[in-house]
Amino acid sequence: MKSENVLEVENLSVTFATERGPLQAVRDVSFTLHAGETLALVGESGSGKSVTSLAIMRLTPPAPLVALGGSVLFTGADGGKRDLVTLDPDAMRAVRGNEISMIFQEPMTSLNPVHRIGDQIAEAITFHEHISARAALDRAAGLLDKVGIPDARRRLSAYPHHLSGGMRQRVMIAMALACNPRVLIADEPTTALDVTVQAQILELMKELQQATGMAVIFVTHNLGVVAEIADRVMVMYSGAIVEKGGVVPLMTRPLMPYTQGLLHSVPRLDPEALGLSPLEAIPGSVPDPFRLPPGCTFAPRCRHREPACEAALPTLEAANGNHDVRCRRWRRLAEARA
Amino acid sequence: MTATAAIAAPVPESPLIEVRELRQWFPVGGGLLRRGDVVRAVDDVSFSIAKGEVLGLVGESGSGKSTLGRAILRMSTPTSGQILFEGRDVTKLGRRALRPLRPRMQFIFQDPFASLNPRMTVRQIVGAPLLIQRPELDGAARDARIGEVLRTVGLSLHYAGRYPHEFSGGQRQRIGIARALILEPAFLVADEPVSALDVSIQAQIVNLLIDIRKELGVAMLFISHDLAVVGHLCDRVAVMYLGRIVEIAPTRALFRRPRHPYTEALFSAVPVPDPTIRRERIILKGDIPSPLAPPSGCAFRGRCRYALPECASAVPPLRQVDGGHWTRCIRDDLKLGRSL
Amino acid sequence: MTTAAALAPLERDLATTGNRAWRRFRRHRLALFGIVAIVLMVLASIVGPWLIPFDQLKIDIRHRFAPPPWGGHLFGTDQLGRDLLVRLLMAGRISLAIGFLAMIVSTAFGTLVGITAGYYGGAIRIVLMRFVDAMLCFPSIFLLLILAAFIQPSVTTITLIIAATSWMEVARVVEAQVRSLRERDFILAAEMIGAPGRYVMFRELLPNAIGPIVVAATLTVARAVLMEAYVSFLGYGIQAPMASWGNMLNNAQQYLGSAPWLAIFPGLMITLSVASFNFVGDGLRDALDARFDVK
Ligand SMILES: Nc1ncnc2c1ncn2[C@@H]1O[C@H](COP(=O)(O)OP(=O)(O)O)[C@@H](O)[C@H]1O
Ligand SMILES: Nc1ncnc2c1ncn2[C@@H]1O[C@H](COP(=O)(O)OP(=O)(O)O)[C@@H](O)[C@H]1O
Ligand code: SF4
Ligand code: SF4
Ligand SMILES: [Mg+2]
Ligand SMILES: [Mg+2]
Repeated sequence: MKSENVLEVENLSVTFATERGPLQAVRDVSFTLHAGETLALVGESGSGKSVTSLAIMRLTPPAPLVALGGSVLFTGADGGKRDLVTLDPDAMRAVRGNEISMIFQEPMTSLNPVHRIGDQIAEAITFHEHISARAALDRAAGLLDKVGIPDARRRLSAYPHHLSGGMRQRVMIAMALACNPRVLIADEPTTALDVTVQAQILELMKELQQATGMAVIFVTHNLGVVAEIADRVMVMYSGAIVEKGGVVPLMTRPLMPYTQGLLHSVPRLDPEALGLSPLEAIPGSVPDPFRLPPGCTFAPRCRHREPACEAALPTLEAANGNHDVRCRRWRRLAEARA
Repeated sequence: MTATAAIAAPVPESPLIEVRELRQWFPVGGGLLRRGDVVRAVDDVSFSIAKGEVLGLVGESGSGKSTLGRAILRMSTPTSGQILFEGRDVTKLGRRALRPLRPRMQFIFQDPFASLNPRMTVRQIVGAPLLIQRPELDGAARDARIGEVLRTVGLSLHYAGRYPHEFSGGQRQRIGIARALILEPAFLVADEPVSALDVSIQAQIVNLLIDIRKELGVAMLFISHDLAVVGHLCDRVAVMYLGRIVEIAPTRALFRRPRHPYTEALFSAVPVPDPTIRRERIILKGDIPSPLAPPSGCAFRGRCRYALPECASAVPPLRQVDGGHWTRCIRDDLKLGRSL
Repeated sequence: MTTAAALAPLERDLATTGNRAWRRFRRHRLALFGIVAIVLMVLASIVGPWLIPFDQLKIDIRHRFAPPPWGGHLFGTDQLGRDLLVRLLMAGRISLAIGFLAMIVSTAFGTLVGITAGYYGGAIRIVLMRFVDAMLCFPSIFLLLILAAFIQPSVTTITLIIAATSWMEVARVVEAQVRSLRERDFILAAEMIGAPGRYVMFRELLPNAIGPIVVAATLTVARAVLMEAYVSFLGYGIQAPMASWGNMLNNAQQYLGSAPWLAIFPGLMITLSVASFNFVGDGLRDALDARFDVK
């Protein structure tokens, strides 16, 4: 069970046709998701996290607007493997919301404001399962209870705007869990929430994952949240994975200069760090996706850059065990640190 | 009673700004016949800020931080209370009377996209305060000053002809800061100036603000929901909950030992980017109550794990627990932790 | 300072945004057609009469009702033997001039009302916008005819009368735009530096309302041309012997059976110009939308 792969993503690439020309939002992304684990997808805004998630769900705009490449092999509950990139639309619809679910940053945009939340959850259930409306509503009440909404049965008839942001996110989670998915993709589910509510939602997601054994892809830009929830981490920069590994090695001994920079730029709470000590910022900003540097995309901001870095995009090398890094100098930098 | 205590609260030598029992209430939902409810966005807030001092203001969204920051700069007219700026009562001044004071107090906005006029160049945006407040300056003098302030924020006059959309979020925030600095204010209110930015850019802007306070000695009310950022930048920190300051203390004192259960919970909820630390977290139950119907007594009591029956009887007064450390909790037997 | 790091700006130039608006506009075939038609009409009206060897007022009794294209009269002649083409072009000068002038006056006035109402809000807004609503309720043609009946018709008075009944749309559009911009942070920033009202209105707000104003103004030209045709057709507008498309139509009524071209050509010109301005207005609306909408 432990080593089973529910999702094998290989060489996934997503290119948008835009008014300014083609924009490659996701470049050659490969990873596997094991059953029951939490894989965090980290990166700054615009690095391609959401597009990667949407592409797995095949929720990116249709063909002439977007070119999808690579494959996404999904192992269903029945043990059969399917490539979601080429799956026909009807079969894809059966997978979506059923075997793979998604929750978003802003629940208000994914909940329909004019329908009661009970009906919305029930509808999500009856869409995939042939049960009576009554039974579906019962299930919905059970789900709301499970995600910690007090007085669940009465809340069935509430409208989304009656609920606070945290409660709405709980409803979204309830809806996503309605059909016991094997994979849950959560795109910045706590970014819009206050820290105390974020703590509640993270706690809830951990509990639910333990109870259901689903695998989670957790998209976030908050490294604190990553440390809190992830088993493995994938760092994206300019559409490509630049580092990938277990949460402890990656966050305690990061190999890629970008990951190091990110970790250093997070302000710490410890009293020793307080008081006007400057943070170790990464200079500059992310490159324009239309004019990516030819070599390492991080090179313009990297203080370890050497001329060779700017010649060609480094490959994602296996550093040790399951720790991969996309930096041509990682070995020398690691030695220098040691 | 709470008021006098609070005024006595932080007494830096020469307060640049002093706020006394400030209230900003908003009527909502009223009709012709029906009297609507009132949102007590800011309720009975008192504090002062010394010259060159940076006071952090933290709290969750809806706690009234922005409303307070805007009221102090007289971007709104407070419902009651007093604001003294450089010793002068500015609470009731009209628009015209405020005009000569504007150069002394400026505002930095949260949203780097909404706060710059998309139809104006950087030169026009940053130069506008000079145009209005120093009409005697000629174009060359104005440009010189614009160049100077752009350099202060890490940009150059080279960019002055460009429009805001040509810049990234972090650079836009620098432009907004340059506009706030160009008149050499004595006091800045910065309303979550780094919240909309990515971590790596956020660090750049925090460093810039550290530089600015060191080199220009400008006093600041720094609003944020991020305790860690506040810890890096501020001399003192005030914690807001439902319109009131529930704790105010020098930064180190607050970080070492919070004295209000809400502050403790806030600290505990901040996720720490270190996967090797596993800690017992305090998970608060429920949400912030509606500001339309705050609980009687201590507004935090519904979520407080230390609540006693007495907590319901009256709004706890701010009481001093240490030099300059004040809390709005009636219990003094608590050993609150910083579960780090 | 230490943070004065090399910050490579996103190398995006303004031209791309301008280009994008133009590209969106170009997608509108009809709008492009409208632009071409308007340019041709304006040019023809300005220079045409000099190139054609007939005087618009020259009466030639021998060649009355000459059907087109008789003896060099490309569009035929009218009941006094005057060349119709040259009259049509001279009328174009008047009709289009009235259209453009009425547009300028009404846009300026409407903008002023809208921006004042939107900026000050409160009682000022209520009074001004109620007035706009009242004016809109009143059928403007009716208003136009009443005014025209009491006022000595001339190009100036007709222009002013049309403008007086056309500014409300602009006022509404501007008021709505200003009201939505009013609470934006950049306006608050202007207030924070102690900017006086007129600075905020004309330097900060107005440039952000240009898109909707341009669109409304274009549509106003179409409306004004139509209105002029309407009053002149009813005989209250431009008076003979000066020609406008409207009074040419009026004149043509009596000869509909015998000389239909007298009605057809001015009718076509009115339709063509009104349609063209409407097409351009629609195209501009789409093209400017994304660009001027402050995000
Ligand atoms: N529908 C779209 N059309 C064109 N470009 C898009 C679209 N959606 C996303 N992008 C671009 O793809 C890149 C990655 O975006 P996204 O995945 O949303 O980033 P993230 O979620 O990491 O913040 C960005 O440069 C973004 O502008
Ligand atoms: N103009 C207003 N009218 C009515 N309610 C308001 C207004 N401005 C703010 N509020 C309310 O006041 C409370 C405090 O808001 P705010 O100061 O923006 O909080 P914060 O900045 O801490 O997130 C909120 O409940 C908000 O809804
Ligand atoms: S490849 Fe070179 S530029 Fe890129 S991260 Fe490594 S050292 Fe830096
Ligand atoms: S006064 Fe009571 S309810 Fe309020 S924080 Fe203190 S212990 Fe908790
Ligand atoms: Mg995203
Ligand atoms: Mg705020």
